[in-house]
Amino acid sequence: MITVVDYYVVASILFAIGALGFLLRKNVLVMFMSVELMLNSANLVLVASAKSFDLARGSAFALVSVAVAAAEVGVGLAIIIALFRLKATVDAEEITNLRG
Amino acid sequence: MEVLERVAFYVMAVIAVASALLVVVNRNPVASAMSLVGTFLAVAGLYLTLNATFLSAIQVLVYAGAIMVLFLFVIMLLNLEREPFDLPGFGRIAGFALSVVLLFSLISLALNATARPETSARGGSGAEIGDVFFSDYLFPFEMASLLLLVAMVGVIVVARRRKPEEEEEGEA
Repeated sequence: MITVVDYYVVASILFAIGALGFLLRKNVLVMFMSVELMLNSANLVLVASAKSFDLARGSAFALVSVAVAAAEVGVGLAIIIALFRLKATVDAEEITNLRG
Repeated sequence: MEVLERVAFYVMAVIAVASALLVVVNRNPVASAMSLVGTFLAVAGLYLTLNATFLSAIQVLVYAGAIMVLFLFVIMLLNLEREPFDLPGFGRIAGFALSVVLLFSLISLALNATARPETSARGGSGAEIGDVFFSDYLFPFEMASLLLLVAMVGVIVVARRRKPEEEEEGEA
């Protein structure tokens, strides 16, 4: 029997892989994709746990979080484009303007 | 049916984890983006196994459709080359160790959770979600639309090409 715990485990693995990508990669775009991965795993936990309570309500929560993710991706990619115009690179280690 | 459910879950879970790993491992950003589509579709499949049918459709439309198109457009706009391979330094080894610790602590947390009986009052169909949104959660729903509008305006302001005279103003 597949229980909610199995979904939690899958979401944990996805979240850890997202964290790994965010910490190891230097390409800002791939780091951003890893953040999307982590957001997705959080959504998965939300929906899986909603199954024991009220799936419609949990799906509504997850839907709002999808809308927030969409807005976040738009703004984040716009910032990456502006950054690329400024520095001509997407390497996170070369972007040090804010370093004192 | 029981066996079928199990098989569907394991297939989707394996695809999700494998393509998530490919996102991180691939050195070509376009290949990473394509693997990310695989993860999104597999998570949509996991939503289907949870009976969250509407959310599964939204996942395919918004994530695998809209967000990925945005990513691919930006990758092609920036015309990136492959990342060169370099030896891992202290920071990357620390990052790897940190995410392994994160993985095990999250899994131990997940295994400690008690599986409650799956007695959902309502299903995850579009009609039932619409019922929730237009009764209890009308305000969050409207706030989400406002958020998307603000994000749209913000994206245009941030990403637009500035005229030279404005550039000087910004620096002054």
